[in-house]
Formats: sequence, structure tokens, C-alpha cells
Amino acid sequence: MESLEQIKAQAEAAVPGTKVDIVANPGPANQPSLLIDNEHALTFAQFLRDDPALRLDFCSNVTGVDWLDRVVKKPAKIKTVVDGIQKEVDQTSEEKIPGYLEAVYHLYSVTHKHGPVIIRMRTADRAEGARLPSLTPVWRSAEFQEREIFDLYGVRFDGHPDLRRILMWDEFEDHPMRKDYVQPDDFEWEPTPHDEVLARAKQHYTPRPQLDGAEKITATDLHR
Amino acid sequence: MNSTLETIEAMERPPVRMSSRLEGELLEVSMGPQHPSTHGVFRMNVALEGEIVRKLKPVFGYLHRNHEQIGEHTTYLGSMPYTDRLDYFCSMTNNWAYALSVERLAGIEVPERAQYLRVILAELTRLQNHASLLGFLLSDMGAWGTPLMYAFREREKILDLFESLSGARMMCDYMRFGGCRVDTSDEWLTAAKKIVDRFPKFLDEFDELILGNEIVIARTQNVGKLSADLAINAGITGPMLRACGVNYDIRKVDGYGFYPRFKFRIPLGEHGDTYDRLMMRALEMRESVEILKQALAQIQPGPILNPKVKIRAFRPPVGEAYGRIEAPKGELGFYLISDGGPNPYRYRVRPPSFINLTILEDMCLGHTVADVMVILGSVDIVMGEVDR
Repeated sequence: MESLEQIKAQAEAAVPGTKVDIVANPGPANQPSLLIDNEHALTFAQFLRDDPALRLDFCSNVTGVDWLDRVVKKPAKIKTVVDGIQKEVDQTSEEKIPGYLEAVYHLYSVTHKHGPVIIRMRTADRAEGARLPSLTPVWRSAEFQEREIFDLYGVRFDGHPDLRRILMWDEFEDHPMRKDYVQPDDFEWEPTPHDEVLARAKQHYTPRPQLDGAEKITATDLHR
Repeated sequence: MNSTLETIEAMERPPVRMSSRLEGELLEVSMGPQHPSTHGVFRMNVALEGEIVRKLKPVFGYLHRNHEQIGEHTTYLGSMPYTDRLDYFCSMTNNWAYALSVERLAGIEVPERAQYLRVILAELTRLQNHASLLGFLLSDMGAWGTPLMYAFREREKILDLFESLSGARMMCDYMRFGGCRVDTSDEWLTAAKKIVDRFPKFLDEFDELILGNEIVIARTQNVGKLSADLAINAGITGPMLRACGVNYDIRKVDGYGFYPRFKFRIPLGEHGDTYDRLMMRALEMRESVEILKQALAQIQPGPILNPKVKIRAFRPPVGEAYGRIEAPKGELGFYLISDGGPNPYRYRVRPPSFINLTILEDMCLGHTVADVMVILGSVDIVMGEVDR
């Protein structure tokens, strides 16, 4: 199989206007990935699937990743002149990387029996309405898995045929796989008609300020 | 009766047509989650025209416990026993898939004896999974009890082996990063050999009793057909994919573990129907027996755990890895992202039976409700893995 650099060059030639970056993987697994731009994602995916040399016809795994806002510290040596002598001073520059949500696709070829080629797409931000193009029209196997990302991470996939929650119940509001998700104290709690009835009943009481505040009741008041 | 009253009645009520069929009207039925043949808490919303399925939407999540988030909150080792609970029929292969991914993530070598043990245990798992699947499938077709008990008799022998090795029948928690947890004794290997040697006898008996049975053939042939192109596109893996005639077995393609050392064939189907999927399991068991015979003959004494691996306080380097194996149900993969900490930043399970359900609707359309149960049975799902 071609290297990622070759795939990148071919794809940029085949899909005009697309921009592909190679994301390095520092670990020993040696599985770097391609970061594709969302605008041309669908045509790029079609190219990967239909190119006779690549034929990545089997999309095995689709998953989301949540990256929070990060601060990357970069140590750098800066030459400065201190007291007329040139010195190298260690300085750390901080770079703020805003958070984003990511969808990662692991592609294999059943025809040529090679792979994986890993492609990823990033949302602009971590907001509730974060959007990505759906690759389900290209690989049907993404159908349930993109629904799962929508359910657990809150990424909306444009062009998905049936984007609903899949594992959580429909009334659930948050996205539990996000890194800043806070579990409710009581999953079982729900507003009951009982509470509403009690609140309405309270409106019929005549206000009794001297009795409602317990701190105002003193022993002398009671014995008067 | 008064004639004016009759006309009023006729005006108020619409005319009733006597027909045994709902003319073009669909009846929506919710099958499951408490249904004896949905293999756990699985639900399908089915739109029926008479007895024919016109629409089918699977509903998931009744067993959802956010396994992936729990994996991100525990250490790498802490997730190992939890992987047993994914597909609780095949804990050994779940362990292996997870161990393989972590080994890729951290670049860990596995000693020879451990590799042999992994192959032996994975193939034993395949035997017991496929045997019990055939039993369940026949249960779904109405052959209540007897075939299932035949299968469970064999499964129980293998579970006894697992118990004597790991201490648990189903929740084995046997593998570790860089090897296995405890070594086997020679008696265990002899006992395993005995069970493996007798297994083809059970298969012959099962084949003769069931696979040529007229009713089984009538219920399964040409039911739930799946084309090879759709199967590949929808990410179907395992025996379901090979039943469509696609030669794709990760044991051969990736050659993980010591599988390249063994001679075995990949059974392939022709029609992609339920009967082919059923036969795939029966034939794969025979190939597993071949692998087991070779592995049990070749295994040599030696270390079972890579001594360089720190099992406790384990921190793999920064990076990500995807590892996958051919589990009995299909491709089981784990995708891990490490940020250098004691627990994974991202822990993802690629469950085969969840993705194999993608085309359930396509397979069931136009068939009767009774066939839906058979088709679902041939997909081979375990809800612990589907819902995670």
C-alpha cells in the first residue's frame, strides 16, 4: 500500500481544492492519520473508496474523541544580551489550542487486504451545534456509529439519513462521553405532578410572615 | 325495523368491508425488549403488513452503562476484567483484543508460550460460541431445548477448562499486557487435547441431526439474503461476511498472534442466506479443531509473561493505537489514545455484533415475523457488547 504522503498527494490531485494534513502518532504503534477538511470530506472519502489502487471499501471503526482546550508549553532557548554578554535563556512559550471534537474513521480494504488508513475530521469548536459531514453515504457501516457519536459527543452529522440518539434515551439532554460531562446526583429524579400540585396549593395559603420564618419565633412571643 | 332508522345508521357508520387482510395498512409492533428470542434486551419496532415485515427499526441501549467512559476512568489493567462483560460468551477473545491494542500502544512483545496459549483459548472460545449459537438458532426455529442442550453439553466441557485455568467459567480475566496471567499444567493440556479430539464426533452428530434436517432447510435457505457488496459496505465482519462469499478473515489478513504458523482453511458461503451463515459456524468449528490440534502439539514450556512489562503503575507512551482480532462474532477492535497517564484518554470498543446489526432491516424486509427471529439469531448478537 502507498504511504500516507502518497495518498495525500494523490487525493489532493484527484479532489481539487482539498487540503489534507498528516497527523503524526508519536507512539510505537506507527499509525499516523490523515486530517481532512470538512468541506471536501465526502468527495475525498469517495476517492478513497473508489480509487482502484486504494479501494478502501471497508470502514471498520468510527469513533469520536473530545479534546478540551489545551495549553501546550514549548521550551525554547532565546539569545538575549544580559549585562553586555550574550546568553541563552530558557523560556517557555505557551500556545493555547482551543478544544474541538473529532471523528476518527479506520478504513481497510477487503479487496486488496490492506489497511488501516485512518482519517479524522475536526469540528470548529465544542459548542452544542458542532457539525461534521456524514460519511454514511460512502460507507454504510458508519450509520450506527455516527449516531453513537451524535448521541455521546453531540456532533451533528450533515447528510446522515437517520440521526437520532441510539444508546441513551430520546429525552436525555447531555452528551455523556464529553470530557466535561457531570453526572447528575440522581438519575431517577423527574418532576412529578405532585410537585406542581404542592406549588399551586402553596399559593392559596395566606402569607404568615411571623410564622414562616422560624428564627422570628421566640419564647417570649409564644408565652405572651 | 323502521326504515328511516336504517338509513340514519347507514349514514353514520362507514361501510364495513369483510376482508381477512389489512388492505395496505401497516401494523406497528414493538418486539422486545422482553422477548424470549431477541437474545437479551433487544427491541425492534416492526411495521407489518399482515405477517410480512415492511419496516424494521432496531432500538438499543437497554444494557448501556457507558463502558467506554468507565474505561477512561480506570487504569489500563483495571479495564481488563471489565472487557469480559462485553461479550460475556467470549471473554477470552475480548481479553486478547484489549491486550493486543495495549501491546501495540506501548510496543510490548509477547513470549512464545503465551502466544500459543492465546491461540488455544481463542479457538476454544470460538468452539463454544459457535456451538451454543447453533443451539440458540435452532431454539429460535422451534426446536426447543434439545439441540441447545447438546451444544451446552460441549460448551460446559470447555467452560470447565476455562474454570480450572482462570478460576471463572465465563468472566475469565486471563490475559495481561505482554502475556497471560497464570501458566497451564500439563494435565490441563492433556485434558484440552482430549476434549478437542472428541469434538469432531459431536460435530458429526450435530450435522447429521440438524443441518440436513428438512425443516431447518425450509426455514433458512433463501431467508435473509445479503449481497457481498452491501455486506462489505456496511462493515459486516466475521462469519456473516464470509457467508456472502467474501474471503476476509483477520486471522489470515493481519496474521496477529501466531496464526500464520498454523494451517487452516477459511470456509466461504455462496448465497449469503441464513443457511450459509449457519453452515459457516459449523465449518469454522472444524477448522478451529484443526488449529487447536496443531497448537496443542507445538506448545513448548517457557515464560508466559514479558518480564519487562510493569503491570501495575502501567503508563504507555503518548500516542494512539487500533488493534483488532477475529472474534467469534466478527472484528473486535479496541482504539486507545494515551496521553501518558495511568488511564487511557480515549477507550473505544468496536463491537462486531453492534455493527453487524446495521443491515438487519435490509435482510428482514419481505420476510415473515417468524423469519425475523431466525435472521436475528443468525447475526449472533450479545447485548453486553451491542449496548456497552
